[in-house]
Amino acid sequence: MEFLIFCIFGGLSVVFAVMMIMSKKPVTCALSLVMVMFCLAVLFAVQNAHLIAILQVLVYAGAIMVLFMFVIMLLNLREKEGSASHPKGVAQMFGGAAALSSLAAVVTMTRGPGIPAQLVSDHFGSTAEVGRILFTSYLLPFEIASVLLLAALVGAVALVKIRMR
Amino acid sequence: MIMMNNYLLLSAALFVIGAVGVLIRRNLIVVMMCIELMLNAANLNFITFANYHHKMSGHVFVFMVIAVAAAEAAVGLAVALALFRNRETVDVDEVDSMKG
Repeated sequence: MEFLIFCIFGGLSVVFAVMMIMSKKPVTCALSLVMVMFCLAVLFAVQNAHLIAILQVLVYAGAIMVLFMFVIMLLNLREKEGSASHPKGVAQMFGGAAALSSLAAVVTMTRGPGIPAQLVSDHFGSTAEVGRILFTSYLLPFEIASVLLLAALVGAVALVKIRMR
Repeated sequence: MIMMNNYLLLSAALFVIGAVGVLIRRNLIVVMMCIELMLNAANLNFITFANYHHKMSGHVFVFMVIAVAAAEAAVGLAVALALFRNRETVDVDEVDSMKG
């Protein structure tokens, strides 16, 4: 059952990722990326990361991609690039294939550990459990992340608002 | 039961697709979307290792990655807007004034 879900949604995510880097229209790219994120959210949920799956849909596919769509519509670009027929593109495809095969070789040579967690704990990956870890062991990174978000917010507004000459 | 290596292979494939996208695309917005794809591939790795090692730290790291990705997207898109306002383009090949 899990293998079936993995095959369907893993395959779909690869297909949509390829569609994203091949498509000429930025809006198609953004929507393909949203689909990749949905597929990955399913894979997260299958792997007992329920809170992260919800966050993936809410924050990534929701907030971040809406920001991308807004900017795409705001700029209203006339697409004139030949994205994949770019002259250097072929060499980079080969580089990508080489990188993928070396990564795949490393992964297949490594032996994975034992059983997944659903056989061990009942509330693994639940909101309460993630929250407990987040506010005990990882309290300092959590606070730093909040400061980072505030700085990014102020920086983004300043970048767009202040007219550079 | 499904092996951990399958998830790692999928993650490697998505990461490489994102990297190739960064290299072959010239639209700055699409390049940033490819970076988001690479971050997502890394997140899949975190979740897989967390699941198979029975440790929940990976979930916290994914949480942090999502927060940093949100910050990065906001600032990056602001830079793209400022760039478009000044140069009338978001083509990364045309923005080469800092090239040595």
